[in-house]
Amino acid sequence: MNDLFTLVDWSRAQFALTAIYHWLFVPLTLGLGIIVSIMETIYYRTGDERWKTITKYWMTLFGVNFAIGVATGIILEFQFGTNWSNYSWFVGDIFGAPLAIEGIMAFFMEATFIAVMFFGWNKVSKRFHLASTWLTAIGASISALWILVANSWMQYPVGMKFDPETARNVMDDFWALVLSPVAVNKFFHAVSAGWVLGGIFVVGVSAWYLLKNRENFLAKQSIRVGAWVGLVGALVVAYTGDGSAYQVADKQPMKLAAMEGVYHGKEGQELIAFGILNPAKEFNNNEKEFLFDIPIPKLLSILATRQVDGFVPGINDIIDGGYPDKNLKGEEIIALSAQEKMERGRLAIAALADFNTARQNNDTTAMNEARARLDANYEYFGYGYVDSVEQLIPHVPFVFYSFHIMIILGGYFILFFILVLILSYKEKLHNLKWMLWVAILTIPLGYVCLEAGWIVAEMGRQPWVIQDIMPTFAAISKIEVASVQTTFWLFAALFTILLIAEVGIMLKQIKKGTEKK
Amino acid sequence: MEENQTLKNDNFVVRVWRFYLEGFRSMTLGKTLWAIILIKLFIMFFILRLFFFPNILQKEFDTDEERANAVIENLTNTNNSQQQQSQEL
Repeated sequence: MNDLFTLVDWSRAQFALTAIYHWLFVPLTLGLGIIVSIMETIYYRTGDERWKTITKYWMTLFGVNFAIGVATGIILEFQFGTNWSNYSWFVGDIFGAPLAIEGIMAFFMEATFIAVMFFGWNKVSKRFHLASTWLTAIGASISALWILVANSWMQYPVGMKFDPETARNVMDDFWALVLSPVAVNKFFHAVSAGWVLGGIFVVGVSAWYLLKNRENFLAKQSIRVGAWVGLVGALVVAYTGDGSAYQVADKQPMKLAAMEGVYHGKEGQELIAFGILNPAKEFNNNEKEFLFDIPIPKLLSILATRQVDGFVPGINDIIDGGYPDKNLKGEEIIALSAQEKMERGRLAIAALADFNTARQNNDTTAMNEARARLDANYEYFGYGYVDSVEQLIPHVPFVFYSFHIMIILGGYFILFFILVLILSYKEKLHNLKWMLWVAILTIPLGYVCLEAGWIVAEMGRQPWVIQDIMPTFAAISKIEVASVQTTFWLFAALFTILLIAEVGIMLKQIKKGTEKK
Repeated sequence: MEENQTLKNDNFVVRVWRFYLEGFRSMTLGKTLWAIILIKLFIMFFILRLFFFPNILQKEFDTDEERANAVIENLTNTNNSQQQQSQEL
């Protein structure tokens, strides 16, 4: 069994490594794309050549990030087929369709218009060039949409029906998939997080110029555009983050419990503004949850249920069941215990086996009976693979601290952008060296915040690769652990080289500034 | 001027071709970036994909029916597909 978990862990680590590196490049592309579009719009409207210089400068940095990051996500798709073959077969066209659309959209929108964006100065009209820049930025966001739709389905599987003959989930409602509240929130949350990072990057790089007393016009104007985009992005992030948390409370209560370190839920549940978890705390002991905490009374209930005294279940409540809950259809039910769900899951798996035995024997009656049992228990299918309730609990410290780092930094970014804007409009920013250094040092914090967000989303849903339907350890392929270890280190090397190239080329371009090319 | 006139006289496909050709020719930093993209794609598709990331089900089975049966076997043999794997490992 230990060997098995070595294989699962290495496969997960490899996927996480790839996703984390990929997510270093994507949000900056999304954010810089919008910022460059706004800058070019100002150039288009004012005709001021200095804005053309500013636009071209940031467009170069956008191009560097785009070129280094492009296609790094394809490696995730390689891993599906090799490391996660049960999963990739099981999800069928549900994953394939959005990813195919993403590929086509990305190719036609980004590849076409990005060429006009870079090659088209003085060759196409100003209006067409501006449209191309906007379409590149929008195309990048639409590409992200399809990836996030696929990811959201894993968190909240809707719009499909399971076919026991092929062992595949078949999409039966495309719009339920695309417009699921989880997908909508996740899309706006992730894209606006990209605007925040873009804003932080532009403000930080511009602050460096002000410190060096170089590129003053570019720096001062860029700071304003970057800070406005960042502030709007941060406010959208906060709004959609609230929406996402509400969806998590409804669809993935265990994730929410881990995010807040709640073991025993109650009505009027407090939100932990800051806390240090007690390392000795397990779900089945009576240790205190926190060594130190600053709670805000009732706030988690308000955020999770929209009611001051709404009940928020803790980890123990979810394991024990018996509290008012909703099923996937939104009907009021009493939550089953983990043990009951595990029983239902085993019934579903047995029904799938019986169905296929009956199919091989051409026994239609037995097939129909097994199919009925499978349908009645399918929503708990994944629980059938779970041996003990502990497996249903994600790594609480990892999720809790990642969530709180994300929230604290998100709040800091809002204050940061407001302060930058005030100082900028008062023409004081360029004289405040400490603030310029704060702006520069905020750049890595932007990345930390965004990666923490993904860790919350992906670690928080463990053990599920598809919520309630398939755990990670049932999704895995039968392959040699050594081959996964080898490719893990290959990826680590490849991505690190790419990252060094990105940082090196970026720094060179930043040092170069707008000197005549 | 003469070149622009030539461009205008050419048909759409030729104009697009020239647009890209001139764009690529006039690149400075872009040449480095394209080199990085091409090397990266080569490593991904011709090394990683070919030698390290076969599609397991495509490789081991010839038809979708065989693949479906294999996955059903994995999913329903819950002792688990886990125990089998640990033995193989």
